[in-house]
Amino acid sequence: MQLPVINNAASEAPKGGCSAGSCGSTDDQMNHLPEHIRQKVFNHPCYSEEAHHYFARMHVAVAPACNIQCNYCNRKYDCANESRPGVVSELHHPDQAVKKVLAVAATIPQMTVLGIAGPGDPLANPERTFSTFSQLAEQAPDIKLCVSTNGLSLPEHVEELSKHNIDHVTITINCVDPDVGAQIYPWIFWKNKRIKGREGAAILIEQQQKGLEMLVAKGILVKVNSVMIPGVNDKHLEEVSKIVKSKGAFLHNVMPLISEAEHGTYYGLTGQRGPTHDELQALQDACAGDMNMMRHCRQCRADAVGLLGEDRGAEFTMDKIEQMDINYPEAMKMRAEVHAAINEELESKRLAKEAKVQLVSIQGIQKKEVTRPVLMAVATKGGGVINEHFGHASEFLIYEASSEGVRFISHRKTIPYCEGGDTCGDGESALDVTIRELAGCEVVLCSKVGYEPWGPLEAAGIQPNGEHAMETIEEAILKVYEEMRVAGKLETKADEQQKVA
Amino acid sequence: MALEIIESCVNCWACEPLCPSKAIYEAKPHFLIDPNKCTECAGDFEDPQCATICPIEGAILNEDGDAMNPPGSLTGIPLQKLAA
Ligand code: SF4
Ligand code: SF4
Ligand code: SF4
Repeated sequence: MQLPVINNAASEAPKGGCSAGSCGSTDDQMNHLPEHIRQKVFNHPCYSEEAHHYFARMHVAVAPACNIQCNYCNRKYDCANESRPGVVSELHHPDQAVKKVLAVAATIPQMTVLGIAGPGDPLANPERTFSTFSQLAEQAPDIKLCVSTNGLSLPEHVEELSKHNIDHVTITINCVDPDVGAQIYPWIFWKNKRIKGREGAAILIEQQQKGLEMLVAKGILVKVNSVMIPGVNDKHLEEVSKIVKSKGAFLHNVMPLISEAEHGTYYGLTGQRGPTHDELQALQDACAGDMNMMRHCRQCRADAVGLLGEDRGAEFTMDKIEQMDINYPEAMKMRAEVHAAINEELESKRLAKEAKVQLVSIQGIQKKEVTRPVLMAVATKGGGVINEHFGHASEFLIYEASSEGVRFISHRKTIPYCEGGDTCGDGESALDVTIRELAGCEVVLCSKVGYEPWGPLEAAGIQPNGEHAMETIEEAILKVYEEMRVAGKLETKADEQQKVA
Repeated sequence: MALEIIESCVNCWACEPLCPSKAIYEAKPHFLIDPNKCTECAGDFEDPQCATICPIEGAILNEDGDAMNPPGSLTGIPLQKLAA
């Protein structure tokens, strides 16, 4: 059985007619986009699922002030071990930030994108944000610039944004209904006043929508982030998705609420829970339609550095950067070579995929057996291959294999089991945490897995598999899925068969 | 007549650019208000700007030493949860 790699196709859910998967097409997320957009995002790790295995990004924390309050944010919190938006260890002035970007870009040539994402709102700090951008546009023209905003002061800055060689803007839009907004935003600062409740939310929503329209009119790509808050906006986000899509946003990223009590946020302290993996996935699928959904967002720190999912920030503290001697024009040459090599690799992968599809269609689609979908977890350090030890993984990428092919679903964070110490609160061991996080997965693929976790994993119904080290993720998944099929492990359950028939 | 910033300030820079009297300055460990310059925004704005944007309850005091944004007033977090 030949299976295509769906690679997060935009319209995974077969809604009658011809979905990307059932035709055996290998269209990946990016192929759905017009060429000029593809060109803008193919090497942007946040916008392209494929690119995120190869290209890195960094954020600089130059924008500490914020002009709204969100119930999931607490401005008092800063923890070096936390990875989530709004958290930073070192705040930079624009000149320092520029130095840091040059140092990182020279050291990590895979870095293609510099984003400003807070810790407050970049557009509530326009001088600091734009000073950083204009210096970089001049000194490091090979770096893409992007910005994330809550949207409140977006309309007044669209003109300026378009001058700074900014291809992408991310707007966090959690609602289009002020009654929903009132449950998310306690206040906004607007025209020299603090405006609370529904009235504030209404202004924020209006500004966000206006900003979105203005950016689209300027030809700037807009990604919309939404935080899924069960019982607050979960039912509402499908409508948000429809509206922003109709206005021209090109990617929607529905992210789970993070609300641990120890973060001290309103939601954390009032017991508002985040969504489960299943709830998040169901909403992402519901929003998908023919809109691109982003599923690999890591909700990074506002000072994150490196590939998504890794954080090399500690290598680039200000005192370390002061010691570095950076010749950027030289670095730029090296960067161009590295980028060309990655592009070549991606291109040859794409061609190989295409060749495979042709083979399938030449042979004629054999009567495809409908087998049940299986979730598999993968430990990877990047490069699109299985290259991380089970015990060292701080996150797993989750893929779904089915008779339609392989698609990327999400990532799940965990505590590296080898470093986790014996317990991490509540008497739960790091291994227990990982096993709990991997719930629903039937296989975990890694470069190596030790003897000790093997038993507990199997007992939890998760088959550890270290046989595909250094293989391409999708191909290894297909092989394992095929093995499961041959072993008779994929028979469609009777009730599901009824659904299909 | 002057407001005061105290140690719970998180140095977020939100207030500094808004001050019409340039009374707020970056300092360690936290931002400060020059009492000789602060006008409480009288004549410029209806509301004292620093206290109106500050996200931290209790970080800015009025001249009587009372919090401009008392506990719970900005986050809506119930007081018993704040104490916990
Ligand atoms: S938070 Fe999401 S969009 Fe931003 S850098 Fe991380 S992965 Fe990319
Ligand atoms: S009250 Fe007004 S004048 Fe005084 S420090 Fe605050 S912003 Fe400046
Ligand atoms: S707004 Fe408040 S927390 Fe921020 S710097 Fe000013 S006083 Fe400090």
